[in-house]
Amino acid sequence: MPLGPAEVAKIAHLARLAIREQDAPAYARNLSAILDLVAQMNAVDTAGVVPMAHPLDMAQRLRADEVAEPDQRERFQAIAPRTEAGLYLVPKVIE
Amino acid sequence: MHDKTIAQLGAGLAAGEFSSEELVRAFLERIARHNPQLNAFITVTAEPALAQARVADQHRQRGDAGPLTGVPIAHKDIFCTSGVRTSCGSRILDRFIAPYDATVVEKLAAAGAVMLGKTNMDEFAMGSSNETSFYGPVRNPWDLEAVPGGSSGGSAVAVAARLAPGATGTDTGGSIRQPAALCGVTGIKPTYGRVSRWGMIAYASSLDQGGPMARTAEDCALLLGAMAGFDPRDSTSVDRPVPDYVAALDRPWDGLKIGLPKEYFGEGLDGEVARVVEKAIDEYRKLGANVIEVSLPNSQLAIPAYYVIAPAECSSNLARFDGVRYGHRCENPKDLLDLYTRSRAEGFGAEVKRRILVGTFALSAGYYDAYYLKAQQIRRLISDDFRRAFEQVDVIAGPTSPTVAFNLGEKVDDPITMYLSDIYTIAVNLAGLPGLSLPVGFVGQRPVGLQLIGNYFAEDRLLNVAHRYQQATDWHRRTPAAFA
Repeated sequence: MPLGPAEVAKIAHLARLAIREQDAPAYARNLSAILDLVAQMNAVDTAGVVPMAHPLDMAQRLRADEVAEPDQRERFQAIAPRTEAGLYLVPKVIE
Repeated sequence: MHDKTIAQLGAGLAAGEFSSEELVRAFLERIARHNPQLNAFITVTAEPALAQARVADQHRQRGDAGPLTGVPIAHKDIFCTSGVRTSCGSRILDRFIAPYDATVVEKLAAAGAVMLGKTNMDEFAMGSSNETSFYGPVRNPWDLEAVPGGSSGGSAVAVAARLAPGATGTDTGGSIRQPAALCGVTGIKPTYGRVSRWGMIAYASSLDQGGPMARTAEDCALLLGAMAGFDPRDSTSVDRPVPDYVAALDRPWDGLKIGLPKEYFGEGLDGEVARVVEKAIDEYRKLGANVIEVSLPNSQLAIPAYYVIAPAECSSNLARFDGVRYGHRCENPKDLLDLYTRSRAEGFGAEVKRRILVGTFALSAGYYDAYYLKAQQIRRLISDDFRRAFEQVDVIAGPTSPTVAFNLGEKVDDPITMYLSDIYTIAVNLAGLPGLSLPVGFVGQRPVGLQLIGNYFAEDRLLNVAHRYQQATDWHRRTPAAFA
């Protein structure tokens, strides 16, 4: 399935990736080639085959709903781009 | 000292022939001398390594030492290391100092192993040549014009060039086995769930698995024994006892049955690689193995299914890199969307972006069934192929990679050709099985790897089958001349 630059721009928006306009055709070419490769799957009839989401077919393990981690806010925020008073700073969202 | 295996170094330490501090100093000197040329390490942790070595020496003096106490190793830069940069080969994490240790790092440290540093890798483990790293390509010590394979290329080269006797790697589609093959070392990808993924930066969570890389199967057994085990912090970790891998090495075979998948010896396999692999199979016949042909009829679908499933999972996992809480943030974002899109665009390289875009597309409204669900159905067919094959044989054997190491720059602009490098390894991740690569010869001066695939949790069997071959041959002892 060939993708054009406009479709690449749409997917890039969904992925929150800025793609320069001049790079879009190259991404479109690469992505189309990958989707061509992937299209080989269509040669196989998989009607009735149960999808395999996980290699060991195991049930998700659950734990008790209890606090297990200590508060390490200062350590974690020490590596943040911008913080203030224990909060992560981002550009204003609500005017 | 640098040419000894981990088992030999452990014996030397135990016999008091050298201290861990001397050993670590010797490896740090080799890294300082050779790394500028090879680029196998992103970060060298010299001072902490020497401090860890002195602690190991004290433990040993007190009689409190195991087989890995004081043995230096390297960690792939995908494993979080507390207080040490953990870059995952990406600009987006170039200044990320991990606030905690991965379980694998913690367990190897608890066993007394000393970390020399963090090894280079393809960005976010996405690549088969180590050329997608933000820190530049790694060179293959057997031929400096050749790639080392990927994504654990730095770890493979560190071991091959004797800059570390062992290293950790991770394998999502072949990232331990393919570089091990291309660099002439031994590496094992365990069964999915055998080694904890906690603190191992996620690429494709249903496929990712950590494992050891070293010179010999014996060394891999020592390392895997320390790395494996149940971890409540990883929700897909398997709660099952870890066998004594070292004790299993010399176990007799009792009519071991090896299956050769006919699909792994057909079109696409380099003729000279095929000859080397067939010679290795002959050696197994001489050692008493019963070799028969098996079929994995859906093999050719592994790459197509993988390039839906892995990108889909990657697009979801890498959504966390948003420039807000850690990692690269762009300058002067004009609003939140600009902060997200530009931080990510500046932080990720081209291959990572391609996979995020493919995955986003495959999961987007209207395409999910045709791509993601279809790929999961193919995954079932591939897994069923292996199940049927393991009703007939104990171990499956074949080439690890269709060619020897290719030249730097040769495939970097052609993603599809690059992807084919993992044609024999990817199915193993889709099924969640263990796989091992061991060196079995050369084409010219470039190494060839034999892949052994086992049934679920048969790591002990794979290590045993590789060890017996290494007892009878010396390919694993060959050293690249410039790094002897």
